[in-house]
Amino acid sequence: MTVRVGDAAQAPPFQRAALPLLEDSQLRKNVRHATGVIQRKRALVAGELSDWQQLRAAASAIKQQTLRHLDEYLLRFEAACVAAGGQVHWARDADEANAIVLALIRSQNASEVVKIKTMTSDETGLNRALEAGGVHPYETDLAELIVQMGEDRPSHIVVPALHKNRSQVREIFREKMGLPGLGDRPEDLTAAARSYLREKFLRVPVAVCGANFLLADTGGVCIVESEGNGRMCLTLPKTLIAIAGIEKVIPSFRDLEVFLQLLPRSATGERMNPYNSIWTGVREGDGPHQFHVVLLDNGRSGILADAEARQTLHCIRCGACLNACPVYRQTGGHAYGSTYAGPIGAILTPQLQQMRHSQSLPYASSLCGACYEVCPVKINIPEVLIHLRGRVVEQSGLSAEAIGMKAMAAVFSSARRLEAAQRLAQRGQWPWVTDGWIRSLPGMFAGWTAVRDLRAIPRQSFRQWWRERQHGR
Amino acid sequence: MRITLFITCYNDTLFPETGKAVVRLLERLGHSVDFPLQQTCCGQMHYNTGYQQEALPLLRHFVEVFRDAEVICAPSSSCVAMMRDHYLKMAEASGDKALERDTALLLPRVHELTELLVDRLGLEDVGAYYPHRVTYHASCHSLRSLCLGDKPLRLLRQVRGLELVELSNIDRCCGFGGTFAVKNPDVSAAMLSEKLKDVEDTAAEVCTAVDNSCLMHILGGLHRQRAGVSARHIAEILASTLEEPAL
Repeated sequence: MTVRVGDAAQAPPFQRAALPLLEDSQLRKNVRHATGVIQRKRALVAGELSDWQQLRAAASAIKQQTLRHLDEYLLRFEAACVAAGGQVHWARDADEANAIVLALIRSQNASEVVKIKTMTSDETGLNRALEAGGVHPYETDLAELIVQMGEDRPSHIVVPALHKNRSQVREIFREKMGLPGLGDRPEDLTAAARSYLREKFLRVPVAVCGANFLLADTGGVCIVESEGNGRMCLTLPKTLIAIAGIEKVIPSFRDLEVFLQLLPRSATGERMNPYNSIWTGVREGDGPHQFHVVLLDNGRSGILADAEARQTLHCIRCGACLNACPVYRQTGGHAYGSTYAGPIGAILTPQLQQMRHSQSLPYASSLCGACYEVCPVKINIPEVLIHLRGRVVEQSGLSAEAIGMKAMAAVFSSARRLEAAQRLAQRGQWPWVTDGWIRSLPGMFAGWTAVRDLRAIPRQSFRQWWRERQHGR
Repeated sequence: MRITLFITCYNDTLFPETGKAVVRLLERLGHSVDFPLQQTCCGQMHYNTGYQQEALPLLRHFVEVFRDAEVICAPSSSCVAMMRDHYLKMAEASGDKALERDTALLLPRVHELTELLVDRLGLEDVGAYYPHRVTYHASCHSLRSLCLGDKPLRLLRQVRGLELVELSNIDRCCGFGGTFAVKNPDVSAAMLSEKLKDVEDTAAEVCTAVDNSCLMHILGGLHRQRAGVSARHIAEILASTLEEPAL
């Protein structure tokens, strides 16, 4: 089994990837503006519901219950989906999922597919696999279309082209759609996308979608969206292929009562999504003739096995944690090097890859807790980050940092040693101290003094003062 | 009341004036302050950086040293949050039933300074005098772990002479995050830059907080930029009086 999360395995460490992004003033302005707008809208509509906290608790409880019996619910989903006329395929990893989708497309003699936005297919690298297999995928979500045409990567799980502004979008459309006279007003851009996409919707016979929720009791696949492109892909093509992570299953249709209140409010600050579709099997004379669901593991059962990190799988991909995160706010999504950016990406990406790659991501957080505060399914992201840091430390063995940390722990294990260390540091700091301040430090602390001064250690520690005071009494 | 002070390792080493202010403040309010000299560190840095095994002996040490204390006061929101958020889980995971019991008994007696003043001692006016323009930075742990809300602000509003200016984006992290600032210094610097702008926009002379770790970061930036704004722990403001002003 080879788990792949986009190109995360080849991505540079977060701190290195962040550098060029921090210098991109256009990107930083775009990210600040977009996350700020969504954050304010979210706060407003979440604040409208007096039972918001109860909804969060309910969603968390439903997810916990489902994950505890995930095998049962998945089998139940499969049975219900098949009974409704659908077909279910099980994929252990990204390659298997891609191969299943490609084979299904080929069986229809199709060479093109239309796609609804699906992060799961970005995780498996489906587009690349399809192109290699001679099938051209067309992204139909406006932002995904921008990313695809710009040969870019998504930088946000809900708003994948959040890092682009409309002038940049116009440049991409002008070049790739061959529209030299295109204006940069939002209506110019959406009209261009609309006429480009209409033709694809009417012509292309196969659609690929993701899933927001898989309903175990009815076998339905629930998809929410804002642009109507999804509805087009669900209804017009002859074959519909959904690719979904196994954690997307929820026990019943009724549970949507909770999730469809939480998801749109958390994701885009809307009370309800403009388009809410539930696709259940096939029906004569209505919609696709073939309906396939590819259930993807790709490292998820490994996460399920870790009791302390299992809550990672609660995620409903609303992106609220990205918008709330002060780290994401500075760098945008590309620094995370993964399909999944921001706080959720920082815990999901390394875990999917069994902690073999992306080890810098659990450290890409100041643990400020803003993510946990807004998470609609109450994933305690800081707690999971700390847990994963523990796993990274375990793997790293006796690094220089580990030796330093062990030495510090030994110092802190007794007051006598702490006091000796305090005295040593106070006396030993003089080469770096000017007028009571440290302005430049070597080694791993150089980053601190690059933009910050550090007050020198004062001559007398508190405990020395206390002892003197007690003696004086 | 007999109050036992947990000064925290970095206050002890880097910010002794905060500890002195706590002692002065609590004694002025008529309480007796005790400082067990055996105390060291709560283990936050180790725990949050992924060295959970190394943090466990520090939990044991803390429980040992403070076992008999009735009311424990720590002038640091992040250290108190470390204990409240993680100590019980750590003790449970250690499999040591006695430690688990002792930790559970000890935790309700640990208070952050402003919690102690407002909740436990029922005070908002501590008789302080501090004639300066001040802005308050809410540390992430004070906001989201301890849920201090406006308790520190209620204390500051009662300080005579103090002109309190509201800080924009008060719920946004300053970018310190312990070892985060060392491991991701550039992103941390970008976060700090936004915070400094908000602080400077208030035209305050002093930025205060319930946590010297954020203040060390904010002050480090302010000092480097020669911004002419200082940073000072809330204890020092609350300890300041007309007779004995904080300078």
